[in-house]
Amino acid sequence: MKLLESPAVKVGLSISIATGLYGVSFGALASASGFNFWQTMTFSLLMFSGGSQFAFIGVVAGGGSGIAAMTAAALLGLRNGIYGMQMNALLRPGGWLKYPQAHITIDESTATASGQSGPDEQRRGFWTAGIGIFVLWNIFTAVGALAGDALGDPKQWGLDGAAVAAFLGLLWPRLKGREPWAIAAAASLATIIAVPLVPAGVPILVAAVVAGAIGWFSHGRSDEGMEPDVDPYPHERSRADQADQARKQRNAE
Amino acid sequence: MNLWVWILIACGLAYLTKLSGYFVPAKLLRSPRMMRVAGTMTIGLLASLTVVNAVASGQSLAFDARLGALVAGAIALWLRAPFLVVVIVGSAAAACLRLLGWH
Repeated sequence: MKLLESPAVKVGLSISIATGLYGVSFGALASASGFNFWQTMTFSLLMFSGGSQFAFIGVVAGGGSGIAAMTAAALLGLRNGIYGMQMNALLRPGGWLKYPQAHITIDESTATASGQSGPDEQRRGFWTAGIGIFVLWNIFTAVGALAGDALGDPKQWGLDGAAVAAFLGLLWPRLKGREPWAIAAAASLATIIAVPLVPAGVPILVAAVVAGAIGWFSHGRSDEGMEPDVDPYPHERSRADQADQARKQRNAE
Repeated sequence: MNLWVWILIACGLAYLTKLSGYFVPAKLLRSPRMMRVAGTMTIGLLASLTVVNAVASGQSLAFDARLGALVAGAIALWLRAPFLVVVIVGSAAAACLRLLGWH
């Protein structure tokens, strides 16, 4: 089979373009938050997890300390560990392959692989999305960082408003159903209460603890909040529905 | 220089977290409770980051043009705009409100 005829490769390429492009907003916001070009590139090259990258610069932009920024980024990256476990079980990488594969284990590569059936297509989907996003995300981060440096006063261009919209945009796809809205509301309330009481940056960690406690003590979907920012399969039924369907079929057989 | 240290530690932790999924025995991570906490925490952190960036100004709350960016971003998302459009709408809303005199 020619590579470009593979449905997984097609999905992987389109998700790469959609996700990679918004690296430009990360680059511009990082430079507006005072990070220099190489610091900004270090995030996209080495951290390579959109949510964590935005979290780090968001905490620093709000006056938070480096350690608070690091903690927020690390906590936001926890779900990548779960994805790693899922991809390890699904794709069974052998030996040294685990090391590069781990680096590109993010929301979108996991979602692309999970949406395919058959190990070959799953593997093609994962690697196409992972490598494609990595390359484009870094190119567009550089473009954004250079453009951000050239803009001058970030407030005049509303870049602080861009950060607000970016975080809402990352949150939005995860708000499917009543429970995630309730968690988001509880975390927002905890944040507003904490802002005047603790140093900048710490309210975000308070909210993380509140949301983590809700997850620990309540019962609900175990994949809550594990949606990709950009859905590789927007026109199909949600993955939860698909899993439901598959379960019903298995039970019927 | 100090910030560099935290950036590099954060990058190291991000990679080790991803890698742990490939090496930690699946039983440990497969616990539904751990998965739920990772997921609910993601929602909580993103909600909190949205709020902080919209209304926090150091240790006080401020209601300024960023609130307009929040509303405009929400409307764009409601209309199913792609991520990059949402970000541009947010920035345009804040910039316009500032031009109109609301800081």
